[in-house]
Amino acid sequence: MDLLYLAISATFVNNILLAQYLGHCPFLGVSKRIETALGMAAAIIFVTILSAIFTWTVLTYALIPYGLEFLQTLTFILIIASLVQLVEILMKKKSRSLYNALGVYLALITTNCAVMGVALLVAREELGFIEMLVFATASSFGYALALLLFAGHRERLQISAIPKSMQGTAIALVTAGIMSLAFIGFQGMAS
Amino acid sequence: MSKGKLGATLTAGLWKRLPPFRLVLGLCPSLAVTTSAENGLGMGIALALVVTMSNGIISALRKLIPAKVRIASYIVIIATLVSIVETLMKAYFFPLSEQLGIYIPLIVVNCIVLGRAEGFAAKNPPLLSMADGLSVGIGYTLSLTLIGSIREILGVGSWFGLPVFGAAFEPLAFLVLAPGAFITIGILLGIQNLFSRWRGEKFVQG
Repeated sequence: MDLLYLAISATFVNNILLAQYLGHCPFLGVSKRIETALGMAAAIIFVTILSAIFTWTVLTYALIPYGLEFLQTLTFILIIASLVQLVEILMKKKSRSLYNALGVYLALITTNCAVMGVALLVAREELGFIEMLVFATASSFGYALALLLFAGHRERLQISAIPKSMQGTAIALVTAGIMSLAFIGFQGMAS
Repeated sequence: MSKGKLGATLTAGLWKRLPPFRLVLGLCPSLAVTTSAENGLGMGIALALVVTMSNGIISALRKLIPAKVRIASYIVIIATLVSIVETLMKAYFFPLSEQLGIYIPLIVVNCIVLGRAEGFAAKNPPLLSMADGLSVGIGYTLSLTLIGSIREILGVGSWFGLPVFGAAFEPLAFLVLAPGAFITIGILLGIQNLFSRWRGEKFVQG
C-alpha cells in the first residue's frame, strides 16, 4: 500500500515536471511535436530508471560506507553522463530515424535535471532499493505523461492566433502554468 | 585583447544575453527557487560563482583538453566547483542551503554553465571568459531576484521577509505555488519580447 501511495504521489501529486520543476530544457525544446516528445519521453524513462539504480548502488555500497558523501554530485553526474552515451550509441545503432529526430536533445539528457534530480531526491529521502525503483519509475512516467500532454497542447497552439509578443516560449510557459494548476487538483489524493 | 571587447562582454549579460529571458537556458531553478526574493538572490549568486570560476578554468585549459572528451571534462570541472560551493553554503548559509535543497547540486546540470563553457570559454582567453561568466551570472541573479520579488510581493505580501502591504491585502497564494512560477516567467518573457519589438531589435525566440 505504501508503495502504491509512493507511486501515485510521484506521478501525479509531486509531478517532477509540473510540481518539482525539473527537466525544462527538453520540455520546451522537443515538445513541439508529439512524435519527438514520445521519443524523448521514452529515452528519459529508460535513462532515469537505469541511472537511479546505478547511483543508488554506488551511493549505498561505495560512498556511504567510506564516508565520501561529499563526492555525491561528482559521482552522480559521471554515472549519468556515461549512461547517456550508452543510450546514444544504442539508439544510433537500432533506430536511426529516432536518433535523427531527437538530435541534439539526446545529448542534452546529460544536462537534464530530471534524471539527476531523481537520483538526488532518492539520496535525500534515503529510500530503500524497492522504493527507489518505484519512485524512479513513477517519476519518469509522470514526466512522460506531462511531456506528451504538453506536446498535444503545443501542436494546437501553433495553429492558434497568439499575440506576437507571447508567441513561442512565453505562451508555452503560461500553458504549462495552467496545466500545473490542473495537477494541483491531485493534491487531495495524497499529501 | 582590447578594452572595448572586455567592456562589451561585461555588459552583454545584462541585456543582450540576459538569462533566462534572452538565453532561454537554466529555467528549472528559475522556476523552482524563486518563491521569495531572498532565495532567488542566493541561487543567483551561487550560480554566478560557479559560472565565473568554471569559465576561467575551462578557458585556461582549453588548449590542453582534447576536443573529443571536452564535454565530459567540462562536466567534471563544473561538478567539482559545484561541490565546493555546496559545501561552503552548508557551512556558512545553512538555512538558505536547506531552502534551496537539491537545486544547489543541480547547478551541475544547469544549461547556462555548460552553455557558456562550450559557447564562450572554449574559444576565448581566461580573463575575457571570466568577465563573460560574471556578467551572465549577474544577469541571472538580477532576473531571479526580479522573479522572486514579484512572486513574493504579490503571493505573500512581503519583500525579503519584510511586509509591504497592510493587513487589508489579500495575497495571491497561487503565485508561490508551482503554476505561479510558470505564469510569472511566461508573462515576463512576453513583456521582454514586446520591449524588444518596440526597440526594433531583430530577435526571434523559441
